[in-house]
Amino acid sequence: MTRDVAVALALARKDALAELRGRVATGTTLFFGAIVLLLFGFALGPDARRLQEAAPGLLWLAIVFAGLLAVGRLHEAETEDGALEQLALYPVSRHALYAGKALAGFAAMLVLGGVLLPIVALLYRVDVLAAVLPLAATLVLGAAGFAAVVTCYAALTVRMRSRELLLPLLVLPVVAPLLLAAVKATVASLAGDPLGELGAWLALLAAFAALMLIAGAVTYRFALDD
Amino acid sequence: MTEVLTRVLGWAGLLAVAAATAYALFGVPADLNQGDAQRIMYVHVPAAWLAYLSFGVTALGGIGWLWKRDLRFDWLALAGAEIGVMFTFFTLWAGAMWGRPVWGVFYQWEDPRILSTTILLALYIGYLLLRRLTDDPVRRANRAAVVGIVAALDIPITHFSVEWWRGLHQGPTIGSPERVLDPAAPGQFVLTLLAMLAAFTIAWAYLVVRRYQLAAVQARVDEAARRGSLAAARAAAEGGVPRVVTE
Repeated sequence: MTRDVAVALALARKDALAELRGRVATGTTLFFGAIVLLLFGFALGPDARRLQEAAPGLLWLAIVFAGLLAVGRLHEAETEDGALEQLALYPVSRHALYAGKALAGFAAMLVLGGVLLPIVALLYRVDVLAAVLPLAATLVLGAAGFAAVVTCYAALTVRMRSRELLLPLLVLPVVAPLLLAAVKATVASLAGDPLGELGAWLALLAAFAALMLIAGAVTYRFALDD
Repeated sequence: MTEVLTRVLGWAGLLAVAAATAYALFGVPADLNQGDAQRIMYVHVPAAWLAYLSFGVTALGGIGWLWKRDLRFDWLALAGAEIGVMFTFFTLWAGAMWGRPVWGVFYQWEDPRILSTTILLALYIGYLLLRRLTDDPVRRANRAAVVGIVAALDIPITHFSVEWWRGLHQGPTIGSPERVLDPAAPGQFVLTLLAMLAAFTIAWAYLVVRRYQLAAVQARVDEAARRGSLAAARAAAEGGVPRVVTE
């Protein structure tokens, strides 16, 4: 058990290091997310009120789109030089490998959310400082559920030629409830939770993350070893 | 023997659907408020039920494959997914046909069931696409099983989330289709619906068996083609009655 935790942490650390040294395209993903947010603004027009109202939805759409690229990249990077085969050959438990990859994906999602949130605040004039704590909780739970799904599906599609097309097609319908709950939680947080519904949405996000983490841990070895 | 039983099942399904449809169209009286449009319910609800049943089969087939490593489970999973997508699409289409005269719109964002059904369709179209893009039967079965299981787990969460999404704010503003099913609905309506459900389920079972047999033949042909023998592939394809391959 302790060994599994050590393996998971080592794997996540390795991904984080590779990320920091610029081998994997974090910068590109962040820029992509920011551009998407800017383009949403163009699509909806200059009406400040309208942008403010749409801001939670746009934020999470940008996080989902950019997150697909970022978390997908973590597995793509492994395909270089046969690293994926090596990874699959390590005599360690598949649960540990999944946990490590999901942890790295979770960290990438947190960075993504942490950067895109202030951009939303600036671009759409949303006051996020008043609701930092509930927003952080939403981001953490949403990032966990998202990383859980994408990590599993990225391992599944990484060897396929059309993975760039297939990964979003498979992931987007699965994360539909996550998107819905995260947007509702963000709306509730920003409004100061007048209806007292924030807890319910956060619970839904937590349930989604827990369920998908278990499903991912159980099925990851079939996705990785095929 | 298997073939005879399958044919009996097919004819039973056809006759049952024909009889139940005839009764639903001409026997049972039209709804007082909705008129003839309400008759769409008799195909809409069974289609939705069979969509869920199909995806249950897909998930169980996936689990069976991962557990027993027997490709027959994968064929069953494929049969469930393909037939399920068909019934899901049919559910949405029939719902749109019903919604237009009754609600005035084809697609109603206020109704959680429509939203979760649409997500369901997207989930399993992705599943079928994934299968299409993999040739190796073992890899395909592995990948499909993972996606089939995750998708099945996603169904209840999606259901609850859209239910809450609408529900936390307001009750349904427009009567939901299922209201017809509450005890206040005339017994004749309920009986017709139950007959349709039974008839559709028999026809569904026939479709699943046939699709499974087709997958078995396909597997034999693919295997022969992989071995490089075109003549063998042809012989396998023409091998007469599609029977269960036991390897």
